[in-house]
Amino acid sequence: MRALTYHGTHDVRVDTVPDPQIVNPRDAVIEVTATAICGSDLHLYDGVIPGVMRGDILGHEFMGRVVETGRESTLKKGQRVVVPFTISCGKCFHCMKQQYSACDNSNPAEKQDLTEPLYGEALSGLFGYSQLTGGYPGGQAEYVRVPFSDVGPIVIPDGPSDEEVLFLSDILPTGWMAAENCDIEEGDTVAVWGCGPVGLFAVQSALLMGAHQVIAIDHYPNRLDLARKLGAKVIDYRRTHVLEAVREMTGGIGPDAVIDAVGMESHGFQPDNAMDTVKQKIGIGADRGHVLREAIMAVRKGGRVSMPGVYGGFLDKFPTGAFMEKGLQWRTGQTHVQKYTHDLLRRIQEGEIDTTFLISHRLPLEEAPRGYRNFHSNQDEWTKVVLTPGS
Amino acid sequence: MNKHETGRHRGLGGRDLALILGTGLLAAGAVTFWHHSRQPRPPVPPDSAPGRTSRQGRYGDYAVSGRSVTINRPRGEVYAFWRDFSNLSRFMSNVAAVKTEGDLTTWTIAAPAGRTVTVRTRIVSERENEEIVWRSVEGSDIDTEGKVSFRDAPGGRGTEVEAVIAYVPPVGRLGQMIAKLFGREPRIQGRHELKRLKMLMETGEVATSRNRVTD
Repeated sequence: MRALTYHGTHDVRVDTVPDPQIVNPRDAVIEVTATAICGSDLHLYDGVIPGVMRGDILGHEFMGRVVETGRESTLKKGQRVVVPFTISCGKCFHCMKQQYSACDNSNPAEKQDLTEPLYGEALSGLFGYSQLTGGYPGGQAEYVRVPFSDVGPIVIPDGPSDEEVLFLSDILPTGWMAAENCDIEEGDTVAVWGCGPVGLFAVQSALLMGAHQVIAIDHYPNRLDLARKLGAKVIDYRRTHVLEAVREMTGGIGPDAVIDAVGMESHGFQPDNAMDTVKQKIGIGADRGHVLREAIMAVRKGGRVSMPGVYGGFLDKFPTGAFMEKGLQWRTGQTHVQKYTHDLLRRIQEGEIDTTFLISHRLPLEEAPRGYRNFHSNQDEWTKVVLTPGS
Repeated sequence: MNKHETGRHRGLGGRDLALILGTGLLAAGAVTFWHHSRQPRPPVPPDSAPGRTSRQGRYGDYAVSGRSVTINRPRGEVYAFWRDFSNLSRFMSNVAAVKTEGDLTTWTIAAPAGRTVTVRTRIVSERENEEIVWRSVEGSDIDTEGKVSFRDAPGGRGTEVEAVIAYVPPVGRLGQMIAKLFGREPRIQGRHELKRLKMLMETGEVATSRNRVTD
C-alpha cells in the first residue's frame, strides 16, 4: 500500500509499504477514505519528538471502510467508521471510568520503558505518534490496522459526508473536552489562546455550552477571522496587550475560564534532556510557555484553567504563586475521544455543529508532503489539510 | 604557611577569605556530624513499604525484585490462570517452555546466542486463590525463590497481584549470561511481564504495534 512515512526532519515521503494484517483477535483493518494532517503532526515533522523512526507511518485523524475483521471484532465488512486517535481497550479501570486516553492496556509493555520514568505511568497507545505512544502505524495511508476495533471506531450511518465527520477522530472532541473542562456557567467569559483547529473548535463548543462571550487570541488574520465568524471576540496579540485587554473586556474581573490551545509539545520527551532543552530554547520557545503563564495571570480568582494544548516535558518559571493564591483549578489531558464521539455525531447530524469550515485544502495522499510543507510554513492560509488516498 | 605564600606579603584577598570561611564551615559540619554520630539514635520503627522498595538492594546473598499490578478480573480467575504454569509463557517473554512433573517444574529460558538456561523449581507452599511460593531445587542453573500473591483490590477494582523474586546473582561465564537475563533490568522485565498478564486477562490479547503477523 501507499503511506506517508517519516524520513527525518522536514522530510516525509509517500512510500510503498506492506499492507497491514489482522494480528490480534479484536483487530480490524480499515481502508482509509479520508485522513487529515494535525497540528501536532508538525512537531513530528519538525523532528522535535524523539522516538520517531525512519519509515514510521504518520497520521492519527482518519476514517474509512472496514475491509477485514478479527474474530472478536464487532465491526462488519463494508461499514464506514471514524477511528479515534486514542487506542483504548474498554476493559481496564480507566476505560471503565471513560478515561480512555489513560488506558492501561493499549500501549505495548515494551514501549512503556521511556514514558514510565518520565510521567510515572505510560498512557494509552496512539496512532502514528512515535514509539513513545506505542509505535502504532498511522492513518495517512491506504490501510490501517485498528486494534480494539470493538471499542474505538464509531460507525457512521448514511447521510453525512466524510468531511463532515472526519474530525470526530481527534480535534472536534479535543475542542469539546477543552470547553467542558471550563465548567461553563451563565454569564461566563472564556478566553482561548490559539486559533488553530483545536482552539477554533473550543470556541465553537464554549459558545454551544452557553458561554456569555468567548475571546479568541492569535495573530494570524485568517484564523482570527474564522474565530470571529464562529461568534468570538478576537484579540491580535501582536497589536494588543492581552492581559489588559481581557480584563477590560470582562468588566475588570478577568475571564472565568481560560483555554491554552497552543501547547509546548516541542519541548522534549526525554527526562535527562527535557530540562536542558527548555533552557536552550528559551529564546525561541518562550512564547509558547508564555501562553500558559499568561493564561494563568489573566484568569479571574477562583477560575478554571483548561489545557488541551500538548506538553511533553517540563516548564520553568511556572507561576505557582498566582496559581495557588488565586485558587485556580486546572484540567487537562489527552482527549478521551470515545467518551464524546456518539454525542458529537448526533450534533453533527442535527446540524448543530459544522466542522467543514475549517478545511482549507484537499489533496490526494500522494501530495501529502506538499501538505505538510505548506501547513507548516503558511499557517494563516493552510488551516486544515484533508488527504484522500487512492485518488 | 608555605614558602610561596610568605613571599608574597599581601593582605587577605577575597579568595583566601572564602577559603577560610569554607574550611571553617566544613570543620563545623564535621564536628556536628561526629557529635551526632556519637549520640545514641532512637530506634526507628519500620515503615509500611514493602521490603523490596527499600534503599537497601540486597538481602544476604539474594537480590530481590518485585512488582504489583491490579487486574480488573475476579481473584479466582487470575489465580487459576497463573496456577496453570503452561500459561506463563504467554506473558513471560523469556520463558520458552514450562514442563510440570508432579510438584517439580522445569523452566526453559531463552538466553542470548540461541542458548537456554534451565531452572527447576518446586512449590514450597500454596494457598488456593491467595498465594504460590516456589524455590529452586538441586540441579537448577539459578538459585532462586519467589512468591506470587493474590488479594482482592479495594472498591471492586479486581485483584492485586504481587510477584516477588529473589535470586543469587551467579558467577562465572554462565553467570554472566544469566546476569544479562535477570540482573540487568529485573524490575523492567517484571513490569513488562505483569503488564502483559494484565492485558491478557483484561482484554484477551497482548497489545502490539506490529502491523503484520510475521513482523
